[in-house]
Amino acid sequence: MGIREKETTSHGTEREPALVETPLRLVELARPREREAKPSGDGLIRLDEVRKKLAGRRDFWRSFDQVLETEAYKKRLDDEFPERDSLLKLDRRDFMKFLGASAVMAGLAGCRNLPTEKIVPYVRPPEEFVPGKPIEYATTFVHDGFGIGVLAESHMGRPTKIEGNPDHPASLGSTDAFTQASVYGLYDPDRAQEVSKGKDLWTWEAFYEELYKALEANPGGLRILAEATTSPSLLAMLRQVESKHAGSKVYHAPPAVGTNALEGAVLAFGRRLQPVYDLSKADVIVTLDSDFLATDPGRVRYARDFSSRRQADPPEGMCRVYTVESYPTLIGTMADHRATLKPSQVEKFARWLGGQAGLGTGETGQFGGVEWCFTCAQDLQASRGRSVVIAGEHQPAEVHALAYAMNHALGNVGQTVRFVEPMLPPSEGLRALVDELNAGKVSALLILGGNPVYEAPADLDFASALSKVALTAHWSLHEDETAAACVWHLPANHYLECWGDARAYDGTVSLLQPLISPLYAGRSAHEVVEGVLGGARRARDVVRDYWAGQVGSPESWESWLEKGFIPNSAAPAAEVEGIRPPAPSSVAQPSGLETLFLPDPTIWDGRYANYPWLQELPKPFSSMTWDNTVQLSPRTASAQGLENHDVVEIELNGRKVRGPVWVVPGMADDTAVIHLGYGRTRGGMIAEGPGFNANLIRSSLFTSYVEGVRLSLQDKHFPLGVTHGHHQTEGRDIVRLGSIEDWKRNPSLAPPHAFDPKLDEERNLYNPEEFAYDGHKWAMAIDLNLCIGCNACVTACQAENNIPSVGKEQVIRHREMHWIRIDRYYLGGLDHPEEIVHQPMTCMHCEQAPCEPVCPVAATTHSVEGLNQMVYNRCIGTRYCSNNCPYKVRRFNFINYGDRHDYPSTQDKKKPAPSLAALQNPDVTVRGRGVMEKCTYCVQRINQARIEAKKEGRPIRDGEVVPACAQACPTKTIVFGDMGDPNSAVSKKRAEQRNYQLLEELNTKPRTTYLGKLKNPGSGA
Amino acid sequence: MATTEPKDPKDGTIWDERLITGDPTYKSIEDSIDSVVLDQSRHQRNWQLVFGLGFLGTNMLLVAVTVLLYTGIGIWGNNIPVGWAFDIINFVWWIGIGHAGTLISAILLLMRQQWRNSINRFAEAMTLFAVMCAGMFPLLHTGRPWAAYWMTPYPNTLGLWPQFRSPLVWDVFAVTTYLTVSALFWYVGLIPDFGTLRDKAKKKWAAKVFGILSMGWRGAARHWDRYEKAYLILAGLSTPLVLSVHSIVSLDFAVSIVPGWNPTLFPPYFVAGAIFAGFAMVIILAIPTRKWYGLEHLITMKHFDWMAKIMLATGLIVAYGYVSEVFYAYYSGSIWEIALIQNRMKGPYAPLFWSLWICNILIPQVLWFPRIRRHLGWLMFVSIAISIGMWLERFVIIPMSLHRDYLPSSWGMYYPTKWDYMMFAGTIGFFFMMMFLFIRFLPAINIFEMKDLLHRLKHSGHGMKESVAVHEEGI
Repeated sequence: MGIREKETTSHGTEREPALVETPLRLVELARPREREAKPSGDGLIRLDEVRKKLAGRRDFWRSFDQVLETEAYKKRLDDEFPERDSLLKLDRRDFMKFLGASAVMAGLAGCRNLPTEKIVPYVRPPEEFVPGKPIEYATTFVHDGFGIGVLAESHMGRPTKIEGNPDHPASLGSTDAFTQASVYGLYDPDRAQEVSKGKDLWTWEAFYEELYKALEANPGGLRILAEATTSPSLLAMLRQVESKHAGSKVYHAPPAVGTNALEGAVLAFGRRLQPVYDLSKADVIVTLDSDFLATDPGRVRYARDFSSRRQADPPEGMCRVYTVESYPTLIGTMADHRATLKPSQVEKFARWLGGQAGLGTGETGQFGGVEWCFTCAQDLQASRGRSVVIAGEHQPAEVHALAYAMNHALGNVGQTVRFVEPMLPPSEGLRALVDELNAGKVSALLILGGNPVYEAPADLDFASALSKVALTAHWSLHEDETAAACVWHLPANHYLECWGDARAYDGTVSLLQPLISPLYAGRSAHEVVEGVLGGARRARDVVRDYWAGQVGSPESWESWLEKGFIPNSAAPAAEVEGIRPPAPSSVAQPSGLETLFLPDPTIWDGRYANYPWLQELPKPFSSMTWDNTVQLSPRTASAQGLENHDVVEIELNGRKVRGPVWVVPGMADDTAVIHLGYGRTRGGMIAEGPGFNANLIRSSLFTSYVEGVRLSLQDKHFPLGVTHGHHQTEGRDIVRLGSIEDWKRNPSLAPPHAFDPKLDEERNLYNPEEFAYDGHKWAMAIDLNLCIGCNACVTACQAENNIPSVGKEQVIRHREMHWIRIDRYYLGGLDHPEEIVHQPMTCMHCEQAPCEPVCPVAATTHSVEGLNQMVYNRCIGTRYCSNNCPYKVRRFNFINYGDRHDYPSTQDKKKPAPSLAALQNPDVTVRGRGVMEKCTYCVQRINQARIEAKKEGRPIRDGEVVPACAQACPTKTIVFGDMGDPNSAVSKKRAEQRNYQLLEELNTKPRTTYLGKLKNPGSGA
Repeated sequence: MATTEPKDPKDGTIWDERLITGDPTYKSIEDSIDSVVLDQSRHQRNWQLVFGLGFLGTNMLLVAVTVLLYTGIGIWGNNIPVGWAFDIINFVWWIGIGHAGTLISAILLLMRQQWRNSINRFAEAMTLFAVMCAGMFPLLHTGRPWAAYWMTPYPNTLGLWPQFRSPLVWDVFAVTTYLTVSALFWYVGLIPDFGTLRDKAKKKWAAKVFGILSMGWRGAARHWDRYEKAYLILAGLSTPLVLSVHSIVSLDFAVSIVPGWNPTLFPPYFVAGAIFAGFAMVIILAIPTRKWYGLEHLITMKHFDWMAKIMLATGLIVAYGYVSEVFYAYYSGSIWEIALIQNRMKGPYAPLFWSLWICNILIPQVLWFPRIRRHLGWLMFVSIAISIGMWLERFVIIPMSLHRDYLPSSWGMYYPTKWDYMMFAGTIGFFFMMMFLFIRFLPAINIFEMKDLLHRLKHSGHGMKESVAVHEEGI
């Protein structure tokens, strides 16, 4: 034993010294007998001795042994393992065993070399911060310049989910797919992170230094090209730039949907005005090739207003929709009367309808191709002041002007539509900028957002114009095509990192506040322009001071931020007068194939091309993912000798690009629709690759459809990732549909051959009361009458439930992971389908679920509240449950999708994406490979509500649990709740006679039920 | 030997009614069988060729399995809706092939069918290796094969048992029992022959190895007595397995809700199909082996004739199954079942469906003709057609039912990948490698039973037709 001094404290008590030697020492073990310790103490307490020892002492003592300093005591004190007699008695063999085992253990312990990672305790959390509990902040998502008020959910300072702001007029608590996916953009691994000049990393200061030098040399040589923005404070700053640097100029790029609506107002009223609709007051809606439920800045609000009049029996009666269109639209699928017309024919129809409305613009006979034209005209007349005519964004200004004139003539202005001062600033077109650049007048060009090198029509040749400017800088989220063509690239901040403002569709001023400090070296638009102005104000101060100056006082600031917008800041209705129907469109009457270039329904103009959630979101109608196509009607495709998967060369005015063909029933004949946003060459590993760039053949001369596109077959069998390949219902009772008349006669809307549930009661072999659900009985009702097929629920589910994207190759193999999908069925013939119905499909949570008994390891089970649960940890992945699911709503993780950021198109560029880990919702398990997964009814939200209710000692209230899909849904198609409570919203829906169970004859007793779709055709039809 | 083979009086084909032809003695039988093992120089180019191919296939299988374990079953073509495809097709196909072995060894033994003696060993080995190939698939087709043991009931701290309502759990019991009993049966049957080989082995190591394997067999009367009893008990145990294993496999489908998977006819029709496929595989293996190793006098045309008759009989049961599936789909009036049958007959995979009918219904009808039952070329052709047909049958049942079920929105196509083919071809390679290792190192025909048969034939008193025939030949 080593010799150690007993340490004595000031009180004189002994402290046991820490032992540092190893307990086993070879020398001792070699001579165990000699070292054998005596039994502890001799059993006799020599009290006299103790008394003697203690006499006169004034220190603390603990035991007699201690006082006597017996052998046993000393040994206990000295020896780390006082009971190790047995150890000391080791013989050679045991010793060797221990030695071997120790060596093995030491070897095992040495196998992993863990790096030192210091952790820091969370000493001072911010106020109201409860770890594990998300906080929501109101902010504003800006899409194509216009804002939608949102609530961003932040987990421990990490935004993970976007919900609609219930108070915001553009949202009312709902969102669209873009908004839902926007949070991905924050963590996008391909975001631009640093200021760069060429290939070198630089600093903001260096950039400004160079800019100031250029401005000094030529103060009027600055041009700014800003993407579409409605931010009043930013626009004010840009005006300041123009006034500070005399001669400099700010250009505003048009939004992706174009500015035909504003130009139409110029034709009709003589000045730019923006229409704002109020569909809650509209009894009759006529749309002229308009997809306003998908593309208008007010789309989410419009969808809500529309659905409020589309309930089965609303107090004001169900509204009626007439649609003429060239390509299926969301509103078109809801239309009670729908007709397809070539884009050029839409103006003719608008003129005809205008003539009927008393504008004197068209002929009065039957309009060819639109059987219901007179019904529509009469209906409009009969609902003066309660109708609305909406023109399509991509239709020429004349159609918009006609629509405005009709609304005016029908007395709708001020009722269902009002006109407000436009929020988008006026600007000269891109052509003027290109001319200036080419003329060499510009010494510095700052591109504030957008991607003009990619987006600008090919005839402008923006890239070569850029090369004529010495100082070009591009500010954006990604290093894209424009960044590559510019000298400087400036990283932008994501909207969740920014202070700012934007106007909503109706002009409401919506505020952006950051939820997280910038992840990278980016700056917001306000900060960049502030730098150009030479100031050093912070973005927050700029926005706050601007609005304090405009309305109210700085004191209101915090209450505005809390709400996310400035109350009552909607734009007032402008007085309109002097309306005149426009002269016929200057566009010649085209013959042959008319082509529309439209922003993509998922990745828009390409700005979301790097978001796999949106790339993999099946486009409405075509169910296409990861690609854009030349979309043709079946008849046109046959006439051209083309089929799905053919590759054609698309030629327009000598410019050519190649792309695959896809046939879309419900399109107008002799029309081609090509979505923009694809064929990116730079801008992130997801963006680069898929699709083809239709901008390469576009011309800046056309803001609407173009003629003269020629298609020539080049190749066959281009692989395309389509999630939903079959259009018809095969006569099966899957979607129920009927007119109001039918409904009155047959309230269940069940077809004659439908399964009769009464038979089930008679024939059922099973005891229906086998399990009485005593507690909550969760259920979902999906009202097909309201679903417009906008896809918001799909992306919301993906964001909420950590659902991975799988890539095009895997989609082709039918392995997409969406827990909710939107099935789309056509009714009627191929060339003129009568109806297109959307049917959201999630796990049905069957009470007698076929998936449950076949699982060999009981990984899918039933909860007492009726949830069909997946136990991921237990799942071994036999996939039997999926085979046995008649609804095929289960999804299997075939490869480790959760960890992947390498998609087939970019397989040579695999890179880890640690930032994406922060995107995951911490309340939901991230599933691994080989495990089945599916919709859980957002069980994490149910449990959250349960905890809150328990804390407050009350039952869960109806409406307290809202699954992500239902929350996002702009039309409130999806209703969730406790069907055990007869007063709950879901019980009321289920009590409606339209309510039906899908595949009821299988006796699965699904908890998710559907309500049949109603049609409200006009009486003349 | 062909010159001495007698002709059938009716049609003039080469035909010999005997179960052992030529002029056999106990020694000649023993020699002709054990020399295959003891004289390794008999294994020349043919053996090397088949074994080499099998070995390559086995390596391919190992590569495919390694990649599978590393990447996940995403390397296969399976998807949603087609959750099962090649994996379960191959599983059912291999399990089916194994059935002939058990039938021959157990049921025919109990029925005292002496013609089984020359093919039973061989068929049992086939069973064993086929079950090994089959067992790989359900194990590896799980998403997480390292957790596949959760399907077995084993004590664990979670107190969790498998879910006994699931047919996949029944499968685990059925297949493991089958493998165990088949292996035991095979080994027990080998013991007397190991003794023979031990005694005749010239090389020391061979004598040692066979000595250990023979477990002290001395051929004592007591040994024989116990052997016979044990063998009979095992045969009794195996007999229900012939029926149960494939019935249970068929329940994987029959208990489900998938149209096309749930006819009540499945269990008997699967069992018949299994025997059908198994005899086809026995014939495929027996024809070349018999020729290469000069065993024509032990596996005679009589054997082939009878095996062909069994194939014909089970083939007719299978055909009845196919026809009744179609009939019941229409008779049921269920739109799902009718749509399924129409999809089989006219859908995108229709060529495979019609190929199945050609392979399994049309082609086996040629076996009605004795001339064809006694023609090895024809038999080989019919057997291969049946093997392909039985594989197609499982394709028709599994992916073709899954790919279009209730909701047209989830319909999708299934296309296998190169890994699917590699796994399948790899198991075939493994099977042939194991079979040829077996032929080289173990007695492929039961020596003592053949001698016993010869004895019975010589000292007939059993009143059997064959023995009378043999007797008349004057052996």
